Amino acid sequence: MKLNDLSVHELKNLLQSKQTSSEEIIKSCLERIAEVEAEVKAFITLLEDDALKAARNLDKKGEYQGLAGIPYGLKDNFCTSGIKTTCASRMLENYVPFYDATAARRLSEADAILMGKMNMDEFAMGNSTELSAFFPTRNPWDHNRVPGGSSGGSAAAVAAGEILFSLGTDSGSSIRQPASFCGVVGLKPSYGRVSRWGVIGSASSLDQVGVITRDVTDCALVLQAIAGKDPSDSTSVALEVPDYSASLKADIKGLKIAYPREYFQAGIDQHVKACVMEALKTYESLGAIIDEVSLPHSEYALPAFLLIACAEASANMGKYDGVRFGLRDFSADNVVDMYSQSRGLGFGTDVKRRILLGTHALSAGYYEDYYLKALKVRRLLKNDFDKVFENYDVIVAPTAPTVAFELGAQSGDPLTMYMNDILTGSTNMAGLPGMSIPCGFVQEMPVGMHLIGKPFDEPTMLKAAYAFEQATSFHLSRPGRRVR
Amino acid sequence: MKAYDYEIVIGLEVHVELKTKTKIFCGCSNRFGAEPNTNVCPICSGFPGALPVLNQQVVEYAIRAGLALNCEIASYTKFDSKNYFYPDLPNAYQVSQYDRPICSNGYMDIYVDGKPKRIGINRAHIEEDAGKLVHQGSITETAYSLVDLNRCGVPLLEIVSMPDMRQAAEARQYLEKLRSTMLFAGVSDCKMEEGSLRCDANVSVRPWGEQALGTRVEIKNLNSFRSLEKAIEYEARRQMEALDDGEVLVQETRTWDEEKQVTRSMRSKEEAQDYRYFPNPDLPPLVIPREWVESVARSMPELPQQAQLRLMEKYGLSAYDVSILTSSPEYLAFFDRCVAAFAQPKAVANWMMGELNKFLNQSNLQITECRFSPEHLAELLKMIDEGAVSGKMAKDIFAEMFASGKPAAQIVKEKGLAQISDQDTLIAMIEEVLKANPKVVEDYRGGKQKAAGFLVGQIMKATKGQANPTLVNQLIDKCLSAE
Repeated sequence: MKLNDLSVHELKNLLQSKQTSSEEIIKSCLERIAEVEAEVKAFITLLEDDALKAARNLDKKGEYQGLAGIPYGLKDNFCTSGIKTTCASRMLENYVPFYDATAARRLSEADAILMGKMNMDEFAMGNSTELSAFFPTRNPWDHNRVPGGSSGGSAAAVAAGEILFSLGTDSGSSIRQPASFCGVVGLKPSYGRVSRWGVIGSASSLDQVGVITRDVTDCALVLQAIAGKDPSDSTSVALEVPDYSASLKADIKGLKIAYPREYFQAGIDQHVKACVMEALKTYESLGAIIDEVSLPHSEYALPAFLLIACAEASANMGKYDGVRFGLRDFSADNVVDMYSQSRGLGFGTDVKRRILLGTHALSAGYYEDYYLKALKVRRLLKNDFDKVFENYDVIVAPTAPTVAFELGAQSGDPLTMYMNDILTGSTNMAGLPGMSIPCGFVQEMPVGMHLIGKPFDEPTMLKAAYAFEQATSFHLSRPGRRVR
Repeated sequence: MKAYDYEIVIGLEVHVELKTKTKIFCGCSNRFGAEPNTNVCPICSGFPGALPVLNQQVVEYAIRAGLALNCEIASYTKFDSKNYFYPDLPNAYQVSQYDRPICSNGYMDIYVDGKPKRIGINRAHIEEDAGKLVHQGSITETAYSLVDLNRCGVPLLEIVSMPDMRQAAEARQYLEKLRSTMLFAGVSDCKMEEGSLRCDANVSVRPWGEQALGTRVEIKNLNSFRSLEKAIEYEARRQMEALDDGEVLVQETRTWDEEKQVTRSMRSKEEAQDYRYFPNPDLPPLVIPREWVESVARSMPELPQQAQLRLMEKYGLSAYDVSILTSSPEYLAFFDRCVAAFAQPKAVANWMMGELNKFLNQSNLQITECRFSPEHLAELLKMIDEGAVSGKMAKDIFAEMFASGKPAAQIVKEKGLAQISDQDTLIAMIEEVLKANPKVVEDYRGGKQKAAGFLVGQIMKATKGQANPTLVNQLIDKCLSAE
């Protein structure tokens, strides 16, 4: 096996026992990138030279603590000082921040090596990475299919073996759905667990920074490195960060798992559903207690989620006005034209659509009917979850209604595209942690199982994911190399 | 109808800049007058990915201000985004407080014609200031405009009164008292010329006896107490005349044209923006523990209202006098120290409001920049009281004190200005004058009372005005009647 095919924890051992060097790992990844990137197109910016230089410096020191020497990617909405941060938008095509996202800084403090900035749907709005203003990313399992989104580049590159792990952001499904589509592990922590400072948000109350890895053990390692209170983010929470790796135990006897009937109903692909039902049987065989439960307000979740996401996005997108940075149309005659022409040129169709929807939802006379009602639904959804968690440790469901769809299949149909959030958006509304892990294959494409934990109880969620992974081999498959 | 057939209704919206060291959501300096775009960072200049963190001192100052205005302090409050596009507003939203202001339901007492009047405070809320645009000439003709973001994120408290004022002078009194109250509470510099105190006025008129409010006009660009008063007077008259002419008033925002002394329409209600207020998702709701409010209350100094009552009750000073004496904490402290050293409050008040203010205004100085101490003024007043100097001499001495900062006694000594009140000296001088002017003495004895005035004048001339005139009069009388 090549170095780039191993996991973070395996490479950590090899580095610490001096059986390999960071330079060798980076080179192995660069070789892989040379092989597949022309097709996959996961990177917006590839930092080949910087990565090699950093690896050599690290190898000179010869100490490999934390995530030292491990190459990773950042979704291109994480601000990186001196490195272009585009949000896959014409608006920020040449934007170079002068400050680092806290999560990115914590990784560089852990000596992980940044390989590049990953493709995404523009401003994290979308579910296929086709809405990148630059180019679509392709699913490494089938180049005719999408990798999911909006963190599509982050998931595709990890699945393709171009990098060992990546960070993404998730305001509805943007880490978990691409993880599901690409057959990797994607974790969105509880709201407030990871700092959002320096992450270019779309919907501040829903956005959370998370992790994409090849297995659950790596996921715990990376989460450990980025979690914790940040004084620069008022919404980050000052709860102690538990030892996530220590929570990974195969024994889940007596663990109480709930599966909500609303998440297995119409609209969910029968084969996807079957995979998750099969996974539940695996859990049962491991000694877990499985029950069907109800999250009665689920049918209102998607519209309420979209209203809040669009409302917050409409306000967050206001700063892109051509005044201080980003695209400006210099042909405008006056300031109002400068605004509309710059924003007209800078934003893609879906971003504009969401700005319009959000602006409308917040307008006088509509606020009570739309935004305020959505806030009330949000509370009801939270109550639904709280009730289930009175009796259960983890909730299990499919991550996405289908496996990865073909490029172009959903473009031009925003409503179908928005359906991708239907099984995961509620967790963002309730601020809960959720993660997707591989649980099967349909049409030779990976299927993701969604685990939802109690607020800030990532350890129990990780433990359930780890136990399943230990009992199965889905996570060992790679594009073009199914393990049966 | 005539002007006296209408009642004017006025409410004020006042923005007070809180004098914190740093801005409301970032660590940038909150200092006025820095080079453009030097007090800026990713947060206050709205760069992607930057997040706000609330400055605790801002909340503390808001609580202080609220308590000083007898407001209820919310135990739960939150921040909202007010959305609009303008080049001086980097995020395209201003963080403000919409439906849950930190302070509400307060009041402030002012004096109208010497009688107390209570003006309701509807609410006071925290918000961030926007930046500033610099045009090349007028805004409509400028080829380009420059954006200065130094002021972005400067913390403001917007204080909204009830429509309780009935004349322009009341509005002015309210604003002056509000200013001194904020100064005493120690939350703001309240410098109108630097924009740390800004005021918009809502003005309407209605026929006397009418309960419903008339159509309201908001007046902006009021840059001084005087322009506030003038603008309200003009606007009320305009509205009355319009109504008399059968016009229907429109709800609108008007701007005060200082040069032409008129209000001009800026935009009507229909053109007003929909700000789409909604809770700011980057700032968690703010819970204010009661203990915090209580500890702020305990640290509250004497406020203008309490000081005014004290001065009126203890010294019998007029409402007008005390309003001036409490215009700033430093001014009141000067008065109190002066009275401590010379227990004639009315005389102290008269000298401070008369000579001292005249000189301060002439030289454009603040009381804190006065070169002599309150005790020095007390010394001068004591000298007048004891007859050591005359009132006229005292004014000259005061001018010298103001210019040099020297104590009165020293000035008197250096210039030989001491009043001559020594009886023996004066009697000797009088006897000489009487000898030299037998004709006048005769006239006086013959019943010409006026003749004594000439004799007094001779003494004053001989002493270069230093003789105590009252005493000289008495002594001349005595000498003449004795012979």
